[in-house]
This record gives sequence, structure tokens and C-alpha cells, in this order.
Amino acid sequence: MSNIHIIETNKLTCSFNGLKAVDNLDVTVDSGEIFGLLGPNGAGKTTTISMLCTILKPTGGYAKVNGYDIVKEAMQVRRSIGIVFQDPSIDDRLTGRENLYMHANLFGVPSSEQKQRIDSILKLVELEDRADDLMRTYSGGMRRRLELGRGLIHYPKVLFLDEPTVGLDPQTRDHIWKYIKELKNTHDITIVLTTHYMDEAERLCDRIGIMDHGKIIALDTPSKLKETLEGDVITVKAAQIDELTALLAEKLGLMQSVIVDGALEITVRGGRAIMPRIMEVAADNKIFIDSILLREPNLEDVFLHYTGRNIRADNTRELHGFAAIQRRKIR
Amino acid sequence: MSQARGLYTLWLREVKRFLRDRTRVISSFVQPILWLVIFGAGFGMHFSIPGINYQQYLFPGIIGQTLLFTSMFMGISVIWDREFGFMKEIMVAPISRFSLFLGKMLGDSSDALIQGIIVLVIGTVLGISVNPMGFLLILPIMLLITFGLVSIGLIIASFMGSLESFGAIQTFINLPIFFLSGALFPVNGPLAQGVPGWMQTASVFNPLTYGVDALRQALLGGSYVALQPLWVNITVICGFDIAMIAVGTWAFTRMK
Ligand SMILES: Nc1ncnc2c1ncn2[C@@H]1O[C@H](COP(=O)(O)OP(=O)(O)O)[C@@H](O)[C@H]1O
Ligand SMILES: [Mg+2]
Repeated sequence: MSNIHIIETNKLTCSFNGLKAVDNLDVTVDSGEIFGLLGPNGAGKTTTISMLCTILKPTGGYAKVNGYDIVKEAMQVRRSIGIVFQDPSIDDRLTGRENLYMHANLFGVPSSEQKQRIDSILKLVELEDRADDLMRTYSGGMRRRLELGRGLIHYPKVLFLDEPTVGLDPQTRDHIWKYIKELKNTHDITIVLTTHYMDEAERLCDRIGIMDHGKIIALDTPSKLKETLEGDVITVKAAQIDELTALLAEKLGLMQSVIVDGALEITVRGGRAIMPRIMEVAADNKIFIDSILLREPNLEDVFLHYTGRNIRADNTRELHGFAAIQRRKIR
Repeated sequence: MSQARGLYTLWLREVKRFLRDRTRVISSFVQPILWLVIFGAGFGMHFSIPGINYQQYLFPGIIGQTLLFTSMFMGISVIWDREFGFMKEIMVAPISRFSLFLGKMLGDSSDALIQGIIVLVIGTVLGISVNPMGFLLILPIMLLITFGLVSIGLIIASFMGSLESFGAIQTFINLPIFFLSGALFPVNGPLAQGVPGWMQTASVFNPLTYGVDALRQALLGGSYVALQPLWVNITVICGFDIAMIAVGTWAFTRMK
């Protein structure tokens, strides 16, 4: 991997009526990597991407994509990038193939190469047999796949994927993940993807920036991020959970604990040795433990560690994403 | 050149979408027939133009009306595209806002022209006699008329947030332009005796006045006493088109 920074932001900021959706963002993306922006809904991921792909003007700072300034050299930036938007952006009155041709023409793909590229893209996203149907007859997953393929026709240097698998069924998600990995291996391309799914970030990304309230609060490889937690996670379920939390802090010095969905999560070094002592403390104080579990920390714990919140605490927003897919299907 | 290809593909999209929308094409048959047959017969009883019958006089006016209404309505595609997200796909393309506007405008104008041709054919089938040479002249005139009108529709739509507000604005603009264009009755010139002065003045500033006048010159030939020489009409229409394209490009540049 070369260490050329294909994306570079400097105090990049975007405010909407005083609210800083993106707040003094300083981030660099290396050429050839899959870079993830992980954060809950409303963190500012889409706003960041919108600025980098020139459809939203920053209110402060600057950024360069492929060496070009996103404001002053917007046209060159657009020539360098492909993007799959969070919300649908196809013309469903046209066929899949027509959408691809239109994209190829808009992005200046030479006519002599269009047919061959489009055929191979259709094969890649497995839509050859449906290519000549109007897109309004496609399922949500098929539309998403076509959009992913479309982002590649003009061989972009950087591909932005904004929540590529929101609302898709597990099988389609898996399919798309494989496809993104494959892309990185076969093309000379840098991918920036946003997600609020831990598993997605962990499986795909070389480096992850954890984003919250418009800021990046931690940035590293998935494994390094988890190492910062230094230890294991013990999850304890019990009826008198508050009492137990206090006792464990007092008797065992277990301070690094949070209650998530009624279960106590303790981050601790050498968890295996601590587990019996937790049971002991509980037994001594007549607290009945329903279950106790030891696991390695995941990105969810990392997020929790930095923000004190669970990434998916906000369930209503989640529904919002689902409603959006429903709309996509109706169309 | 990539700008030209981008422009062509935007044009093609508008035309394809239009031709696939059967209901829109078919419904365009009904209105002009009602105007020409019913309104033409009723109004003609009380109104006469020297040298031509009223239906002949009305026919170019109804073509102008069709061009006006369909052209202005085309702006709705901007609102749809924004609503359905497709606008973002166009906005990130490496294509200038001028090409973007022009591509969409030319596509919509082609659609409006098709509607105009449908009315032209209907009128001929209904037996309204026209100047045979007029058919060669009328196509470019119709096209030039649509450029500016489609541009107005696109400009309004680029400022509008919703379909509802777009419809409301249309009513305020379409009908005055139509009534003050001389499509139904003379608003200006020697035949417009008794028409209030403010209406006469307004019609001078109405681009469709020159469009309808040019359409009459093409279809009725020498039997029609024109308001302006044809070259004046064409020059005014072209000037209007260029101005509207300039404003449209600006409007699309500031559009999100
Ligand atoms: N066009 C807009 N107008 C006003 N506020 C906006 C707009 N777009 C985004 N926001 C706000 O900016 C914040 C970040 O949104 P967004 O970038 O979409 O987050 P994410 O993609 O991480 O879910 C949110 O609080 C959102 O409500
Ligand atoms: Mg988002």
C-alpha cells in the first residue's frame, strides 16, 4: 500500500443553521485502502461524503480528493469519484441497462468501451437476465446492486459507498460485502464507506474512523481499535444489577462497566481469572446471577468506550432507515 | 466531446420517458379537439376576422396553447428527479451546469414539440385548411417557442420545493400568458379595437404573442394580417430563448 493520501481534509466543517453536522474534521485516506466511517445515525457521515463528492459546499475548512480541491476544482473531483448514495438515485422508468448507459455517457466513458464495460458490470452484479426490464420492477436489493455497479463504470479512483447495505436481507448483504472485497482486489481503487453496522465495518475496512457528533473520536485498524480496550468483556445478567455493579466496583475494583439492555458489561484484563471472583461476590451477597459470558471486545465496545453510549441506542432512527427502504420498494 | 455526449444522453432520457408514458401522449389528443370543435364553433358565431374563418384563426392559437401548457409542465421533471433522488446522480456527473440545463431543456422541448405536432395533425384531420407551405415553416417555429417556455418551467421548478407549489405557480403564469397572447382573440393590432390599453401593453411583453403571430403567419400565409413581420417575431422569440437559457443555467448552478 502506498502512503499517498488520496483524500485529505483540513478542519472540514458543515453547519446547518448553527448545528455542526461535521465539525473540524481532519482525516486522511490512503490510496488503495477501504476506509470506513462508523457512527450512529446523525453522526455526520452522509454530510461528510456529500462534501467530498462536491454536492454540498463546506461552511469551513477544505478537503482534497485525488489531489483536487473539492470547491475550486469540483469538476476534476467529480471525474475522480464514483458514489453510491444512501438513498436511491436511479431512474426507475428506464431499464437497468439504460441507467448504466446513461451513467457511462454522463461520465465520459468512450463509446467504444461502453458495451463491454456495461456487460461485465451486469455480470458482476448478477443482473444480466433483468438488465432490460424497467427498474421499477426490481427489488430493493437488485436496485442496490445496480447502483453499486453503476458507480464503477467510469473506473473511479475513489468510490464512496454511503450505507451500502442498509435494509437489505442478510443474503444480499453478504453478497455485496463479497463484491466490495473483490473490487478492492481486482481494481486500483480506494473505497470510503459509511456504516452504522459494526459487523460491516469490521469485515470490510482496513481502517475505521469512529464518528460521533460530527467528529472522529478514534481512528485505527479494527484490531488496533479493539486492542485499545485492553482486555476482555464480561457480560453479567442478574436481577439486582445496580447493586451488583456497586459491589463489584467496591470489592474487586471493576470500574470499567456499563449497563446495556439491562446487562452489566465489564471491560477487564484477564477476564478468565476474574469471572469466578464475580460469582463469589454475587453469592456472598445473595445475588442470583442469570448468566455470565466472556468474550473478546468488538467495535461496539469500542464505541461504547469512547462515547458511553451504545451505537444502536436510537432505535427510532433505525426504523427511519427501514421506512426508507419500504419507500424504495413502493417506487 | 464528453459534454456533448452528456447533453445527448440527458435529451434521450427525457424523450424516452415521455414516449413510454402512454397516458400523457393519449390525453394530449383530447383538449385541443374540445377547444377547436366546441369553443371554435361557439365563439366563431359572435366573432369574425376578415378573410379567414374563426376556426382557422383559432387553430394556430391552440397549437401555441398546447406548446405553452406542455412546456411549462415539463418543469415537473426537475421536482420528480429531486424527489426520487435521481438529481443527485446528475449533479455529481462531471458535466457543466450549462450542458445539464441544455440537455434537459432540449429533451423537454422535443416532448412539447411532439405534442404540438399531434395538435397540428388533429387540426388537419378535422379539416381546418392551412397553407401547405406552412408545414415546413411551422416545425422550427414551434421548436423555438418551446425553448423559452420549457426554460421558464425548469427555472420555476428549480426554485420550488414541492409539486403543490409548482402547480399553483403554473396557474398564475399559464393562464395570463395564454389569454394575453392573442391565441383566442386579438389582444393587439388593428383587430383589437376596444381591448383595454393595459391588456394591449401586457401582450407586447408576452413572448407567446410573437409565437402565436409567427404560427399564424406560417399556417395561414398571406390571408392573415400579421402584427409583426415574421423576421421580427423570430428575432424576439430567439432573444427570449437565449435570455431564458442564461437564467436557467444560473438557476441550475445554485440548485442543490
Ligand atoms: N440538509 C440538512 N439540513 C439540516 N440538517 C441536516 C441536513 N442534512 C443533515 N442534517 C443534520 O446533520 C446531522 C448529520 O446528518 P448526516 O450526515 O445525514 O448523518 P449520518 O449520515 O451519519 O446519519 C444530523 O443531525 C442531521 O439532522
Ligand atoms: Mg447517512
